[in-house]
Amino acid sequence: MLEDYFRQYGLIAILALVAVAVPTSMLAFSWLASRVGIRPANPTPVKLETYECGVETIGGAWNRFNFRYYLYAILFVIFDVEVVFLYPWATKFIRLELFALIEMGVFVAILLVGWAYAWRKRDLEWGS
Amino acid sequence: MNCQLAPDNILYGNGLYRLLYDAAGTLLPCWLAYLAAGLVIIFILVNGVLLGAAVITWTERRLLGRFQNRVGPNRWGPFGLLQPIADLFKLLTKEDLTPAGADRIVFALVPIAMVAPLILMTAVIPFAQNTALASLNVGVLYLLAISSVTTIAIFMAGWSSNNRYAMFGAARAVAVLISYEVPVVLSLLGVVMVAGSMSLGQVVEAQALPFLLVQPLAFFVFLAGMSAELNRTPFDVAEAESEIIAGYHTEYSGIKFALIQAAEFGGVVVVSAIVATLFLGGWSGPLSEYLGWLWFLLKTGVVVFLFIWIRATYPRLRIDQIMAFSWKFLLPLSLINLLAVSLEVFFLRGETGQLTATDLGIMTGINLVLAVAAIAFFGNLIRRRVKFETRRPAQNVVPGVSTIEVS
Repeated sequence: MLEDYFRQYGLIAILALVAVAVPTSMLAFSWLASRVGIRPANPTPVKLETYECGVETIGGAWNRFNFRYYLYAILFVIFDVEVVFLYPWATKFIRLELFALIEMGVFVAILLVGWAYAWRKRDLEWGS
Repeated sequence: MNCQLAPDNILYGNGLYRLLYDAAGTLLPCWLAYLAAGLVIIFILVNGVLLGAAVITWTERRLLGRFQNRVGPNRWGPFGLLQPIADLFKLLTKEDLTPAGADRIVFALVPIAMVAPLILMTAVIPFAQNTALASLNVGVLYLLAISSVTTIAIFMAGWSSNNRYAMFGAARAVAVLISYEVPVVLSLLGVVMVAGSMSLGQVVEAQALPFLLVQPLAFFVFLAGMSAELNRTPFDVAEAESEIIAGYHTEYSGIKFALIQAAEFGGVVVVSAIVATLFLGGWSGPLSEYLGWLWFLLKTGVVVFLFIWIRATYPRLRIDQIMAFSWKFLLPLSLINLLAVSLEVFFLRGETGQLTATDLGIMTGINLVLAVAAIAFFGNLIRRRVKFETRRPAQNVVPGVSTIEVS
C-alpha cells in the first residue's frame, strides 16, 4: 500500500521534472538560436519600451488596484475553505448516515447566509 | 518474470498499461519495468499535450473560418495542416524582447509556469482502459489544485511586464479565475458523491450512464466555468484585443509568446479530456476493451468542438456581467445541484451503499427537469438584474492626474 503510494507519486515527480524541462529547453534553444544568428537579438531603447498605444510610454504599471478585487478575493477564500471540508464528506457520503447530511446542510446554509448578505449589500455588483 | 502490482491499484486491471507493464516485465526486473512503463506513459502524455495544442491551433482557426464564412489557413500543406509548424518556426526566428523596466526573472519564468501545470494535470487522466500515469485516490482534488497554478502564472505575466495593459489583463484574469473556481469546485462535488471516490478511474467506472445525463447542471456549470478559466471568448476580458491590446501577454514575443499560446491551446485539450473523463464516460465504449483510447479521443474531440463552437457563437461579456454570471447564476446552480444530488444519493442508495443503473436513470429524470427549471429561474433573475445596471458616469476626471485605477 505504502509502496504503491510512493510509486505513484514518484512517477508524478518524474512527470513534473519533464514538465519543467520541456519549456525550459525551448527557452534555452531560443537563447542558443540567438547566439548562432538564427534569430535576431539587437534590442534598442525604443524597442524595449512597453507598448501602450504607439507614442512614448508614460509612467510604470505598478500602481494601485481597484478595491473591488479584494471583496471577490474574500468571498473566494470563504467558499474555497468550505470546499476543503466538503470534499472528504462527498467522497464517503454514499455510506454515511442521515446525521452527516443534516450537518453538512447546516454548514452550507451558514455560508449561504453570508453569500445572501453579500448579494443584499450589493457586494456582488461590479459597478457600485 | 511475473511482476505483480498492488491489488488495490486500478492500473492492475486489464488495459494498455497492463500490456506495457507485462511486456517490459519479461525483459527487465520489476521496479525497472514499472519505471519503463511509466516513462512510456509520460512520453505519450507530454507529446499528447504539445501535439494536441498544435492540432488545436489549426482546428480552431479552420473551424472559426468556417463559422465566419471564410476559409481559414489553407496554404501550407494539405488543408493548411502544416500551419502550426510554420507558426512555430516563424516565432522561433523572431526576436525575443524583454521590456527595459520589466522584472526579468519573473518575466522569463512565466512560460514555464504556464506549460508545466498543464502537463502535470494529465498525470491522473485515464486516457485508455485502466491506463493513467497514476491512479491517485485524490484525483479530482489534484486536478483542481494543479489547475489553479495557472492563475499565479497569469498574474506573474501581468505584473512582471510593467505594462499597464498587461496589468489590467492580469488583474481581470485573476478576478475571473477565482470567481469561477468556486462554482467549478462545487459542481464537481456531485460527481464525487455519485462515484463515491475522487479517483478518476473510479469516476469513469461509476458512469453506467454518463454524468452528462445524470447531472446536467454540474456539466453546464463545469463547462461554463472551465470556459472562463481558459480565458476563452465569452469570458476573454483578460486578453480582450479591442480593449487592452493582448492583456497579460502583451509584452511577450518570440518563443515565450509561442509557449504561452501553446499553454492556452493545450489547456483546451487538457480541459476537454477532463470533461470527457468526468462527464462523458472517459474511455468506456463498445467493442474491444483495448479501444478505450479511441473512445476517449473521440469524446475529447467532441468537447473541443463544443469549446470552439461556443467561442464562435457568443460575443464577449463585460466584466460586471461576467462576475454576475459567476456569483449570481453559476454558484446557486452548483449549490442546487449539490443539494439535489446529495438528497437523491441518500434516498436511492441501496443497503450496500451502491447506486445501480436504474438509480442513475431515476436521477437523470429528476435532474433534467431540475436543470431546465433552475436555469430558467436564475437566468430570468440575472437578466433583469443586468438590464437595470446603470454605469456610473465618470465624474471629477482631472486631466493629467496619474492615478490609474484598474477596472
